[in-house]
Amino acid sequence: MLAPLVNRGPDGQGTYLDEPERLGLGHARLSIIDLEGGAQPIHNEDRSVWVSFNGEIFNYVELRAELEKAGHRFYTRTDTEVIVHLYEEHGLRFVERLNGQFAIALWDSRARRLALARDRAGILPLFYAHQGGRLLFASEVKSLVRAMPHRPELDRAALDQIFTFWSPVGGATLFAGVEQLLPGQLLVAENGRVSTHCYWDWLFREPGSYLRGTADDLAHELHALLADATRIRLRADVPVGAYLSGGLDSTALVALMCEGGVKPNTFSLAFTDPGLDESEHQLAAAAHFGVNHRTIRVGNEDIRDGFVGAVHRAETAFLRCAPIPLMALSGLAHRSGCKVVMTGEGADEVFGGYDLFKEAKIRRFWARRPDSAWRPRLLQRLYPYLDITAARGQAYSEAFFGAGLAGSATPFFAHEPRWKTTAQGKALYSEDTRERIAGQDPVAAFAAAQAAGLASWDPFNQAQYVEAKSLLAGYLLSTQGDRMLMANSVEGRFPYLDHRVIEFANALDPRLKMHVLDEKHLLKRAMGERLPRSILARKKQPYRSPDSGAFAAAGIDFVEEALSEASLRRAGYFDVGRVRLLWRKVSAGRAISYRDSMTFTGILSTQVWHGLFVEGVTPGASGA
Amino acid sequence: MSVAERVRQYILENFLFSTDTSLLGQDESFLGRGLVDSTGMLEVLLFLEETFGIKVADHEMVPDNLDSVNRIAAFVERKKG
Repeated sequence: MLAPLVNRGPDGQGTYLDEPERLGLGHARLSIIDLEGGAQPIHNEDRSVWVSFNGEIFNYVELRAELEKAGHRFYTRTDTEVIVHLYEEHGLRFVERLNGQFAIALWDSRARRLALARDRAGILPLFYAHQGGRLLFASEVKSLVRAMPHRPELDRAALDQIFTFWSPVGGATLFAGVEQLLPGQLLVAENGRVSTHCYWDWLFREPGSYLRGTADDLAHELHALLADATRIRLRADVPVGAYLSGGLDSTALVALMCEGGVKPNTFSLAFTDPGLDESEHQLAAAAHFGVNHRTIRVGNEDIRDGFVGAVHRAETAFLRCAPIPLMALSGLAHRSGCKVVMTGEGADEVFGGYDLFKEAKIRRFWARRPDSAWRPRLLQRLYPYLDITAARGQAYSEAFFGAGLAGSATPFFAHEPRWKTTAQGKALYSEDTRERIAGQDPVAAFAAAQAAGLASWDPFNQAQYVEAKSLLAGYLLSTQGDRMLMANSVEGRFPYLDHRVIEFANALDPRLKMHVLDEKHLLKRAMGERLPRSILARKKQPYRSPDSGAFAAAGIDFVEEALSEASLRRAGYFDVGRVRLLWRKVSAGRAISYRDSMTFTGILSTQVWHGLFVEGVTPGASGA
Repeated sequence: MSVAERVRQYILENFLFSTDTSLLGQDESFLGRGLVDSTGMLEVLLFLEETFGIKVADHEMVPDNLDSVNRIAAFVERKKG
């Protein structure tokens, strides 16, 4: 089971077997802290508690001091070792003391108890499967698949969730019978029973009970928190670099690193398509801080060349090609000798940066007077980077954003337009897929699993919560995050997702996050003075990469193979005739709409996934 | 093939990915069906300009001219005049 994890842990492997209990822990190591002495699994003083762990415990220095004071003896300098001693002190509540990103497997041989834990935000993955009375678990599904007696099968309900939310939700994966721990969840197996519970969630305050204080005081407090979140994430025995997108979040992070006394090597993505490229701002930020900066330029050819590899690493279907450039970027970091990078991921969720939040605010404002002609015109202030929503498309933009105004009281109001657009790809399902998912409603399934207090929160906070529970953990931190980083043995660190930062932001009055239509207002207030003016003044440009336009070329082997009539029929997920018409449109370079692009990318990645994991062949590898 | 038939075939094949004419009524609203968004509309415009040799002005880009097969057909006929 360890062999497929070599990319996650190229620096060493270790195992622990409790043969009488038929329990095994394995570990593939990417060494970052205590390079010489940190081999895992690691045990407590009397070898009764063992742990195998992927990730980082950033507050291990403070925890270790506390545990040593309580009499615990350490035999390594690692962050890992605090886990076993914390468990001895606090039992299963050990996890609540950790500040970090982690997938933990802990074995207590005395209690004959196995505990699996995943970090709060869902930065590190942890999959498991029940197999003939055994519980199998691993950081990647391809490791589990090795120990399973049958070929993987695609879970159609999970596919339907991907064609709604961009990723499976809840604990589902695209592999039938394989689940993943939710962010902030603990699984315990003992006495022949398996139970799970969530030890943490994104909880927001009720209106009227927000943090008190002036905006300046709260901004000051936020800066101090971010500085500390960054400081403890600089703990490593290898250099820590940074991704620099040229936007506010990553630039602020570089500023915080410099404040902490580290001038990081920075890494950026550039695009040959000028509409996607942010090089100018990346270079300005790098020059401002005087950091050593490297860039990798990505074009359509790179999207085509990286597609199959990205599906292999992500182990799921995806509706946008955006993960692929990020795999190229971690490759650049790796080749530059960098094992750890800070990234600004999470700031948009925590501080309310997405256009979707702004959209929802405008749509809510519009819903109060649905007959207003000028209220929807505010939508024109959004998306300045798209040239299609100006005067020419106004009627159509209004129809899109205006749909569902009557439902402005539901917690899903902000997300429904996006989910509906995504779901249009389902028109290309096969009859078989339709029959198998008949009667299942992905939105209802998602709604049933959400926090009890959701309905009583401010609509802005509701939208933040839904975003954190769907796209962030399901897609951004995994398919676009960990999986693309670990493809090249690079660890990402996420200061904005320090749980202290999240809890602080979740306690704020939402008007401090979106002040009128100024997104991430308090973050700008906290960090503004430390950033180049050009970065602070620029309009937000979300990360986008080339999509289906990359496939408007003839003779791409793996596409020909994955979308051939024979492949589509063998897999059976999609309607052959309809897919062929969509492909014809894409090949002709005419599929320019966001919806078609998502549908095409989703179908192509599902077909490639089927080839790789169900049929065991790499599409296009035969050179046919 | 009439203008309406060509437009219907184009919308069916490129937005519904089907050749089944029962899936789209001649007067059915594209916006009402969620078939065509603003970028999809650009695709339709390219098709109309290339296929029928007309030029569509900004002020003509309104649902009254473009939101169903019959509306497009009538609009194209007027433009070709």
